[in-house]
Amino acid sequence: MSLPKEHDYIGLTEPSSMENSSSSIVSTESEKNTVLNLKETELRLGLPGSDFLEKKAGTGISLFGKDLKDEGNNGFSQIPLKNLVSGAKRVFSDAIDGSGKWDFPINGGSEVDLGNGGSENTNTLQSSLAGPSGKEIGNRNPRKPVEEKKNDNNSAAPASKAQVVGWPPIRSFRKNTLATNLSKNNDDEGKSGVGSLYVKVSMDGAPYLRKIDLKTYCSYKELSSALEKMFSCFTIGHCASHGLPGQEHLRENCLKDLLHGSEYVLTYEDKDGDWMLVGDVPWEMFTDSCKRLRIMKGSDATGLAPRLGMKYQSKEIMKPRKV
Amino acid sequence: MAQSFPEDVLEHVFSFLNHDRDRNAVSLVCKSWYDIERLSRRRIFIGNCYAVSPEIVIRRFPDVRAVELKGKPHFADFNLVPEGWGGYVYPWVVSMAGAYPWLEEIKLKRMVVTDENLELISKSFKNFTVLVLLSCEGFTTDGLAYIAANCRNLRELDLGESEVEDLSGHWLSHFPDNCTSLVSLNISCLGSEVSFSALERLVARCPNLKTLRLNRAVPLEKLPNLLCRAPQLVELGTGAYSAEIQSDIFSNLSEAFLGCKQLKGLSGFWDVVPAYLPAMYSVCSQITSLNLSYATAQNPDLVQFVSQCGNLQRLWVLDYIEDVGLEALAAACKDLQELRVFPSDPYDAEGNVTLTEQGLVAVSEGCPKLQSVLYFCRQMSNAALVAIARNRPNMIRFRLCIIEPRAPDYLTLEPLDAGFGAIVENCKELLRLSMSGLLTDRVFEYIGTHAKKLEMLSIAFAGDSDLGLHHVLSGCESLRKLEIRDCPFGDKALLANATKLETMRSLWMSSCSVSFGACKLLGQKMPRLNVEVINERGPPDSGPEDCPVEKLYVYRTIAGPRVDMPGFVWTMDERVSSRFSRATEGHGD
Repeated sequence: MSLPKEHDYIGLTEPSSMENSSSSIVSTESEKNTVLNLKETELRLGLPGSDFLEKKAGTGISLFGKDLKDEGNNGFSQIPLKNLVSGAKRVFSDAIDGSGKWDFPINGGSEVDLGNGGSENTNTLQSSLAGPSGKEIGNRNPRKPVEEKKNDNNSAAPASKAQVVGWPPIRSFRKNTLATNLSKNNDDEGKSGVGSLYVKVSMDGAPYLRKIDLKTYCSYKELSSALEKMFSCFTIGHCASHGLPGQEHLRENCLKDLLHGSEYVLTYEDKDGDWMLVGDVPWEMFTDSCKRLRIMKGSDATGLAPRLGMKYQSKEIMKPRKV
Repeated sequence: MAQSFPEDVLEHVFSFLNHDRDRNAVSLVCKSWYDIERLSRRRIFIGNCYAVSPEIVIRRFPDVRAVELKGKPHFADFNLVPEGWGGYVYPWVVSMAGAYPWLEEIKLKRMVVTDENLELISKSFKNFTVLVLLSCEGFTTDGLAYIAANCRNLRELDLGESEVEDLSGHWLSHFPDNCTSLVSLNISCLGSEVSFSALERLVARCPNLKTLRLNRAVPLEKLPNLLCRAPQLVELGTGAYSAEIQSDIFSNLSEAFLGCKQLKGLSGFWDVVPAYLPAMYSVCSQITSLNLSYATAQNPDLVQFVSQCGNLQRLWVLDYIEDVGLEALAAACKDLQELRVFPSDPYDAEGNVTLTEQGLVAVSEGCPKLQSVLYFCRQMSNAALVAIARNRPNMIRFRLCIIEPRAPDYLTLEPLDAGFGAIVENCKELLRLSMSGLLTDRVFEYIGTHAKKLEMLSIAFAGDSDLGLHHVLSGCESLRKLEIRDCPFGDKALLANATKLETMRSLWMSSCSVSFGACKLLGQKMPRLNVEVINERGPPDSGPEDCPVEKLYVYRTIAGPRVDMPGFVWTMDERVSSRFSRATEGHGD
């Protein structure tokens, strides 16, 4: 699952609250130099334990994938607010102790992803802790090797920063245009497209649709887990409002079963306006041509090839199937 | 008091009052003036569609011809407002369809419009002439087909930067052959190709066409066909400005531009091929408004072109212009009033263009009429801001975005308080300010003290404490819109200044430290405010009262709480607050 490179969208001071709460967390020099120090010495109005929350709340995490940083971290969506709040310090200590209190099932082996490159170990460490997702915290012990990296990690281009939602403040129309321009220019350099690529995601039967940024994922697997999290509340019928960890666990599995049990099918509309089954083409080709996504009821997806449900990372590049 | 003038005389006098503020003032004089005014008001502007209901509007103003509505908060432009939040035009269109059969104009910004709404508009208003949809969404090109087909006297169709589901370009062909009334057509946001021959015929038969903004899909080679048929154009938005380098394309283009003697505004320029820029040289000296913000041309082509436009008043450009280009601009364009510089690669930490604070300082020095600035850059200093402030005390809109949040003065590493302080102190007419960089509570003290005319303030990643917010709310007398994200502002300042909020249009706070309890309290205490909590994670009451809400949107209203809220928006009012209290009683931890 995708995680931004920096633990904190600002790239600054997650460590400050970390350090306050536990000395066992190693704080590296974030790339953000002196500003870090300034932040640390600032007096802040805050309630006990709210520092953590402030950061959390400050990250603008959203259930439905608006937060780029959080795209893959929708496990967080399952965590009721109150557990976060009351357990503000507890969460940290749990993480440190590795108590696995937030031990959500890891979806298909998706791991902490470094996102857009940059100094890896400690940032990821911090991001696991600071990250809004209990999933990360649970995953941290033991840390899994990163399975998928974005191209940026390997390219010679300077590491792009983790993207804060809505920052810099540029309208979608302009962003999408820029992204197209840049990917055209950068094809030779092997730099993966920067910017964002918001597409709408609708689900049959859900009362409203969501927007996600395809650029924050680098594989079908990541996309699928993000979508599963995002829409699980609809299939089960309720948002994460009464969440207790046990129930969420159950809910996730229910959705996964639903999806793999072929009740829902993920489709997308391509540049030609045709509806296609997700997963047939290489990931980059998919992100280039995907205009919107739709989670369809399997029964509606007639004309699809016999395989229903979502199967990703198909090794064969078959002719894309039209829905 | 005895009637000094007959009503129709008063009405005639009032007809010279066009500004809402004047009309509002007039309506307060006495009851008969109130009545005469309200019966004769033809244009209404509603800055927040939830501040009032269609029924209330219609009851007061029974004979309106032009309506302008705004929906979502400004930060929706940056994806901070979740999908499904609201801003539906539907109830307005339905009510107006019945009440205003003579309605001529509808202008919407950040609203959700559906094809059904467009169909209803096209069929309900016989004299419909102007449809402007800025940053709207929810409709497809099918909806546009209704407008094209049914609005006989359509003069203006402007799709702004709306998100239109582009089913096909066929809708344009729905303009009937006898439609000759078009004055302004802006389809630049559309992705798919419209039928060029239909477009050509449409342009040819509309002799009053003054504004034509094409979409990217219209190829450059075909542009001359349109220009020749519309030499009276005042504003042109090109399609993709690229083609194979061929001399006949170039000469056709030059010749076509030569014929456009009225042309004052240019935009478009997607995929620009610099070799074709000189084709416009013949019109450069006429141009007062130039939008190159989608043009990826670089220097020297870029600066060379811009420097030709000596009468430029407004320039939107990418940071490819660099400091050197801005210096040339400052030398060549002495009439410049508005400058916007957008980042070509906003997500690249380093940036690969040499655009710094120097460029902006140069323009502020060289362009005495500069009053409106939007500038994205990667470094700023207090010294530069002070210089800009001193150079341009006539500044009225200043929006600076330093790409890295909380970036300090790159020379001194200090906060940029002094710089922005200088701006508000020197620019006494400042109406709009957006800040960025490292900022402490001090800058807000300056703002509260000096920014007395400020109407809109945008703050991000700034401040230290509630004191900052308090300075703004207590000091900025003219404040109408305040939008804040990621600042450590909490309950105290908000509650202490609750009554201030009724004097403003709206307040947005996201990723701050305002607690759920404070929101409830605010909602309870201030019945004429809608206090809306946006929490996508779950109901705000699933945590303790001191838990911060994700996003807060507070606005004054006489329409009461809205009824179209999605599941992640809660309104804090008397009833709801108590419902929350009851609900949490039964919960353990």
